[in-house]
Amino acid sequence: MRVAELELDLEAFEGPLDLLLTLVLKEEIDLAEIDVAGIVLAFIEEMLGRGRSESGGAECELGEGDLEACGEFLVLVSALLELKARLLFDDEAAELAELEPEEAAEELARRLAAYRRMKEAAAWLAGRLEQEQDRFFRLGPAPLRPPVPRTVAPQDPAALAAALRVLATPPEEVSLAHMSLRYPPLEQFVQRFRSLLVGRSRFDFENELGELSRVEQAVAFLALLELGRLGEIAISQAAPFAPIRVERREESPAWTSARSA
Amino acid sequence: MDERPLRLITSSPLDALARTVEALLVVASAPLPLDDLVAAADDDVQRVEAALRLVGERHSEGRSGIVLEHVAGGYALRASREAAKACSRLFERPVQRSLSQAALETLAIVAYLGPCTRPEITRIRGVAAEATVANLLERGLIAEAGRDDGPGGAIRYRVTPLFERVFGLASLAELPRLDDFDNDVETIRERLHAVADGRGA
Repeated sequence: MRVAELELDLEAFEGPLDLLLTLVLKEEIDLAEIDVAGIVLAFIEEMLGRGRSESGGAECELGEGDLEACGEFLVLVSALLELKARLLFDDEAAELAELEPEEAAEELARRLAAYRRMKEAAAWLAGRLEQEQDRFFRLGPAPLRPPVPRTVAPQDPAALAAALRVLATPPEEVSLAHMSLRYPPLEQFVQRFRSLLVGRSRFDFENELGELSRVEQAVAFLALLELGRLGEIAISQAAPFAPIRVERREESPAWTSARSA
Repeated sequence: MDERPLRLITSSPLDALARTVEALLVVASAPLPLDDLVAAADDDVQRVEAALRLVGERHSEGRSGIVLEHVAGGYALRASREAAKACSRLFERPVQRSLSQAALETLAIVAYLGPCTRPEITRIRGVAAEATVANLLERGLIAEAGRDDGPGGAIRYRVTPLFERVFGLASLAELPRLDDFDNDVETIRERLHAVADGRGA
């Protein structure tokens, strides 16, 4: 297993570990945002998953390769943690590093004294709580306050009427005329193509469209498909967007009967 | 039936106002600040204060089952101490479960230094304060009080009126001064040096 390829799905980052490290080093991602514990969990899950799949579900011991991976991971994560700690406590770390041993001892003593005072305050509170444990009182939501009166500026009834009048006027009816489509009957085109093909054996579809509207052109094309389905014609096209060639199928009974008629 | 009201209240020219104040305190479920009482009673501050003294005289330990107290920056009625045992058979104490040492220390820090942030609490106690702060928030002893101005804008916490009430404090000013606690940095320093010398030897 390669530690660098460990897939992560963290709140602030999703991807392989080595990409995360690269982004952190380039300072394109803020390490403070990264949940290092999440990385550790992802690694453990990965190791457990591998252990199970290798041993067919049972727990197994770590192999030599896994030990190496664990070592590599430990080094990486501890470096990451140190980096993060430095980032988080930047000023404080610098301040403390600059302190002389004497000053550091003084700082430690000061902090310990502060904590000790709080410990004593806590002990005082504990004593007080003990003393006051017989206090029973009503607890509940905050009492209702009287509503704040909301005054309305003087109003003119005529203004209200005018506003209502605007609302009461029915809006202009919207014309839907442009949306209605008229479809000529399919049969009309079927007949037209049939009669064309009685006279000659083939024609180009485009030449027959003439002045037809887009809708009529679409119906004409459907009629063509219908004739194709019935086996009366053969439709061919040399290349995409080339003219559509329509040819009579001589073997179709439609033509023999038409010719004999 | 004798219709004469109690002597203590009728004998004072403030009796009507005292009864009003008493009624307001019965209805309230949290301590009422003096200003609220003054506004609700629609009277002046001095008279309301005098009425409160009258109500306090009537509702005091040994005299009444209900006791007037000045607590959490306001006035409230509570059960008298002699009724505490009976109350405990029927009702939970406001802080029923005991507070852990960590909770008490965190409370002390928030009470004395608040509003303060979780990192500040952590810095003083030296251990993570997340769970303790969550626990105190849930118990209603501390509450959020805005965000820190610094980078990250950590949430700040302060103690609640419930804290003052549970600990029987009229206000946070009743807490003993921090300086009155053991403040001997010198002793700590000496002990530190002793430990360091011991290690070095």
